[in-house]
Amino acid sequence: MIRFEDVSLRYGAGPEVLRDVTFGIPPGALCWLCGPSGAGKSTLMRMMYLALRPTAGRLSLLGADIGRARRGDLPRLRRRIGVVFQDFRLLPHLSAFDNVALPLRLARRPEGQVRADVGEMLRWVGLARRIDARPPELSGGEQQRVAIARAVITRPSLLLADEPTGNLDDVQAERLLALFTELNRIGTTVVVATHNMALLDRYPARVISIADGRVQMDG
Amino acid sequence: MARRPDPIGLGAAMADRLLPTLAAAVTLLAALALGVAVAASALAERWRNAASEAITVQVPDPAKALPDGRARIDAALALLRDSADVAEATPMQDGRMAELLRPWLGPGGEQLALPLPAVIEVAPAVSDWDSSALAARLGEVVPGTTVETQGRLVTRLRTLARSVQALGIVAVLIATGIAACVVALATRATLAARRDAVEILHLLGAEDRQIASRFARRAALRVAAGALLGTVIGASVLMALGAVAGPVLPMDPGRLAAGLPLLPLATAAIGWITAQSAVRRWLRHLP
Repeated sequence: MIRFEDVSLRYGAGPEVLRDVTFGIPPGALCWLCGPSGAGKSTLMRMMYLALRPTAGRLSLLGADIGRARRGDLPRLRRRIGVVFQDFRLLPHLSAFDNVALPLRLARRPEGQVRADVGEMLRWVGLARRIDARPPELSGGEQQRVAIARAVITRPSLLLADEPTGNLDDVQAERLLALFTELNRIGTTVVVATHNMALLDRYPARVISIADGRVQMDG
Repeated sequence: MARRPDPIGLGAAMADRLLPTLAAAVTLLAALALGVAVAASALAERWRNAASEAITVQVPDPAKALPDGRARIDAALALLRDSADVAEATPMQDGRMAELLRPWLGPGGEQLALPLPAVIEVAPAVSDWDSSALAARLGEVVPGTTVETQGRLVTRLRTLARSVQALGIVAVLIATGIAACVVALATRATLAARRDAVEILHLLGAEDRQIASRFARRAALRVAAGALLGTVIGASVLMALGAVAGPVLPMDPGRLAAGLPLLPLATAAIGWITAQSAVRRWLRHLP
């Protein structure tokens, strides 16, 4: 599913922000990516959702060699990845419904199917009564649920979540992680970046620890 | 059918609102340039026809008799009037001849004992008539006769017509270039204002052509609306100009009717192509 082999990344002529990163995540795995702020978790996540390409080493994702893939092939891969961004990245001028519908419309799904799937998904995340609200009208937790609904609406092969519990209270965080484990149980590979070590105790899974742009621990 | 949402928020972008106004201004200039080119072309055409019709035949020793007993002038007139290419052949009257000679000979010059040729004014029956065959025939029947076709003037007027048309085309091309620049700048400004939305679409798996098409469609529609307004204003100005200055600057309604409707279509096409190109170039900076 995901394979990093001696992957390094630097921005321009600056220092390397990731150095010789090597690990693999098999299909169907649930994996925590943890480490202190600034350790390189978000950079690794950005590589996994194809916002960055490695400057050295080899990254394989969903069966494609990302370093060698043609730029035109990447959108198809991105549509197989669901991402919950740290800052949600919702489109503020669109309703909750249209934000969640976006990946389906980009994949040119029929509008009837879009309406049915998005309606069901918003009911599932408890936002059935807020479908017409725009992100600025929603609370932080509601925005996060819209972001999660958008990430999973296409039933992606790989789900990436960057600090997904940062804006949630304990009850919402529990509910979200229960959702992730449920998605993982039905076959979705899930990678969650967090610096909240308490979560790791409550939801035991493989942990990849990052510090100073290197993998410190994998197990 | 429900209206699809605008995920990039192009409708609210500031630069997007400026586009129709600028497109209207550029298209107005293009319409005026086209109108002036068409009018100048028609004017030059008129001059050319008038010049080509001003053919004169000079007959030396007009009263002298030919071997068959006819006066040379009568023989030349008969030959011209029998020709199918000649609509009318009229000997120039003495008064008009005196008027033409006055700048060279001064007042009363016609009374000098000069061996002046008779002049016959010829109106051809067809445009662009090649008079060389008739000149040869005249030379055989009435030796010494010369035919003046104003060829040099016609050549100059043709050159003038081509120059005016070329200037009109250059002006339209410049307007085209300005339209492309305006669309490119507006597209870049909109991209800068909507960078986040474009990046999110990109990360969610949008293809470059999906994003570029949204910009291109919006730009083409806005530019077409502005261009339509500019063309209507331009056509109104040209019609008013034609009504006021028609004899001096003749507007050819047929040519204008063929050319002006193409302006909004061409401007919209320029908008579409330019926006597509600008957005695709910008997107290449993303992985």
